[in-house]
Amino acid sequence: MIAGADDQIERDSMSEAVAATAHDDHHEVGFWGKYIFSTDHKMIAKQYLFTGMAMALIGGFFAYCFRMQLAFPGMEVPAYGVVSASEYNSLVTNHGTIMIFWVAMPVLIAAFGNFLIPLMIGADDMVFPKINRLSFQIFLLSAIVLLGSFFVEGGAFGGAWTSYPPLSAKAEFSLTPLGSTLWLVAVALEFVAFLLGGINFITTAMNARAPGMRPFDVPAVVWMIVIASVIFMLSVGPLIAGAIMLLFDQVLGTGFYDPGKGGDPILWQHMFWFFGHPEVYVVLLPALGITAEIIAVFSRKSLFGFRLIIYSSIGIGVLSFVVWAHHQFIAGIDPRMANIFTITTLLISVPVAEMIFLYIGTLYGGSIKLTTPMLWALAFIAEFLIGGVTGIFLGDSAADIYFHDSYFVLAHFHYTFFPIAIIAVFAGVTFWFPKMFGRMMNETLGKIHFWGTVIPFNCIFLPLFVLGLGGQHRRIYNYQHFPDLAGAEFQDLRIFATMAMLVMLAFQAVFLFNFFASLRKGKAAGRNPWRSNTLEWTTESPPPHGNFGGDFPEVYRGPYEYSVPGREDDYWPQNIPG
Amino acid sequence: MSEDGHDTSYVKVWMVLVGLLIVSIVGPMFEIQAVTLVTAFGVAVVKAFLVAKYFMHLTVQPRFVVYIVCGCLAMMVVFWAGVAPDVYKWEGVNWKKEHVIQEPAGDSHSDLLGDPADRHDRPRT
Amino acid sequence: MRPIANTRSAAGIPTGRLAVWWVVGSEIVIFGGLLVAYIMYRLSHPEWAGHAANTNVVAGGLNTLILLSSSLSAVLAHQAAERGDGPRAARLLGLTILGALGFLTVKSIEWTMEIQHGFTITANSFWSFYYTAAGIHGLHVIAGAIIMAIVARDAREGRELHRVELIGIYWHFVDLVWIFLFPLLYIAK
Repeated sequence: MIAGADDQIERDSMSEAVAATAHDDHHEVGFWGKYIFSTDHKMIAKQYLFTGMAMALIGGFFAYCFRMQLAFPGMEVPAYGVVSASEYNSLVTNHGTIMIFWVAMPVLIAAFGNFLIPLMIGADDMVFPKINRLSFQIFLLSAIVLLGSFFVEGGAFGGAWTSYPPLSAKAEFSLTPLGSTLWLVAVALEFVAFLLGGINFITTAMNARAPGMRPFDVPAVVWMIVIASVIFMLSVGPLIAGAIMLLFDQVLGTGFYDPGKGGDPILWQHMFWFFGHPEVYVVLLPALGITAEIIAVFSRKSLFGFRLIIYSSIGIGVLSFVVWAHHQFIAGIDPRMANIFTITTLLISVPVAEMIFLYIGTLYGGSIKLTTPMLWALAFIAEFLIGGVTGIFLGDSAADIYFHDSYFVLAHFHYTFFPIAIIAVFAGVTFWFPKMFGRMMNETLGKIHFWGTVIPFNCIFLPLFVLGLGGQHRRIYNYQHFPDLAGAEFQDLRIFATMAMLVMLAFQAVFLFNFFASLRKGKAAGRNPWRSNTLEWTTESPPPHGNFGGDFPEVYRGPYEYSVPGREDDYWPQNIPG
Repeated sequence: MSEDGHDTSYVKVWMVLVGLLIVSIVGPMFEIQAVTLVTAFGVAVVKAFLVAKYFMHLTVQPRFVVYIVCGCLAMMVVFWAGVAPDVYKWEGVNWKKEHVIQEPAGDSHSDLLGDPADRHDRPRT
Repeated sequence: MRPIANTRSAAGIPTGRLAVWWVVGSEIVIFGGLLVAYIMYRLSHPEWAGHAANTNVVAGGLNTLILLSSSLSAVLAHQAAERGDGPRAARLLGLTILGALGFLTVKSIEWTMEIQHGFTITANSFWSFYYTAAGIHGLHVIAGAIIMAIVARDAREGRELHRVELIGIYWHFVDLVWIFLFPLLYIAK
């Protein structure tokens, strides 16, 4: 069988050139074929990107509604109305769900993975384009199901994005008989979509690399998206099984999580966090990959410790599977296990810190260009560092007993997720915009938007650390009902954070304007506006159908050969021989 | 590996599998716990190995395929190790989970269903 | 139109087979999560042995035999496909589909009898697991049979013969899951 496979491989590479010319022939497709039912990985990437951006606006709108309620309790929120207590729960729950599953995942993994993997490894498409399209369609369906849950009887699910039973298992507790089921179905569909997409990414990166491309000639971002897909695939299984069990608890009345029927609600928490914590690294790794590419390009230096960065990512991937129970320290888990999980949680900060050191090492001595993407990448490192450092307190089970479910936790994970899902995404979008759409974005507007986002971001979440240390609990509708927390010193901080959020939301209009104006009128980008090495910059912008016009690149060197002594240019594309 | 021209070898593996199936059904009939464990689960592992090796050709794939499969199985061991102390422990130094014994459902026992009298603590084993 | 990417083989294994092994990996963790949960519950509920005594070992054993035999015909179909004998591969796949139908028939008779005796999914947690695990497995049997019908249709005309191996790997995996479900649900008392 192996011999047969080798024959097939040889035959395939010989017929590659012939097939490539045939590939370009079938071009004339209508609007539907081109934009809606396309199997082209670049179009699917854009579909994921635009869907993710739309969902980000919806999730941001939810945040606006409940932050206004917290700052001005009972006030009629402009463009929404009065937020009732149950609506508050639904908004908070779905803000979390949307931002993680429908913004971070589709944009970081699916959009950038789809766009970059085939281009960066010198292939014409994903290995299974139709499965790729199916993956997006299931994802779109899942988004529709989730948003649809707002319009059913009882409203959308409000039992937090972790969906712990018994709150989520019984309609008599959640008060959202249909909403909680739709929430579960939407999340399950989303997992199916990303399993299909993830296996496609892994297989493409393993098998479809350009001739001459060895494992360490593959750029860091592709490595990290693939590692993230593997982590996702390995961790999501128990939760899929658990979701089916929870669904049966909700719909059929079984007792998988009901102690009264011999079940155990802690099992769901384990199943959820066995996926939920690796999920953090599933979205972190692509973000780190995007910033690695950008930092190397704009430092005009080889990525410092490239191999070590990849090994660290694999180390993060392995460790990420043994830290999950630090989310459950106060759930009544075995204290001996809490010790073990404290140790592993503190251990995982080692490879992450190491990667940040390596990024700073890349900057050291480079000729740094502070373009918009570079600003975003640097902000990612700085802000994520705060998120990581505050996480160390929470990973310690002794400290976590006091911090748990306070605004300190909330501020901590926003300092990790905001850099991942927003800052790194803006870095990636501004960096690859010229390749995606063939035009440059406006740098001045880009920098205005950058400062208008990053400064208010810190103004929102730094006060929340203070509030959390002051004892402010999460998931409370109205703090005026709690005498200890109703004081003016606390309320002023809440109002300050809400105001900062309004400023930040307003500055997103600058981005939207810049994005769409540049799409129409931006300066033509040319093939390689950033003078970068990786393969996607060797083709036209935007790349044609089939990516390389039938003339597939061969790879001669690693992706980060910048400022090589003795060369006239300070970059050395991977496909140039010699 | 492709056993071209060796139809019989696949049939032989199948015959071994059927033999093992009979062992796994007959073994537990003795109702000795050790025998049950070995015949039911030991045999299942052997059967799984035979199917993976001869039918799925796992051993002649590139080595990383074995790593993928073993990695997935290892994840389940990790999952079990982390969850087991909480989910199948029913009592500790100063605590005990109140626990419901469920009587078998069905015709012969239906009189017990829903009877509050069947709710009592799990006996120590 | 198949992209060039699909025909490359940088990892030294045909793309389709590589992807099927990843699918098998992702299925291992799905079934693994369910079975680990079941085993933990089972060990902490000794009384479930009594519930398990009500399962029908004959039906379960017959279904194991059917699946093992259908695995044999699947691997023989793969062998025929490797020799380029499409029609024979299609016939053997047909036999495998027949096995799948037989499995589902036995299963539905078995379930009907059990439900008639009051052993429904809500009867207690053992039966909840019984129906959930076997149900998810049954969905995989149905999906496998449908895909196999499509593969067999192409194979009869000598097209896409490599797919016979791919669906075979998946089918053996479905068989493997049952090999573990059978002792867990039926014979461990």
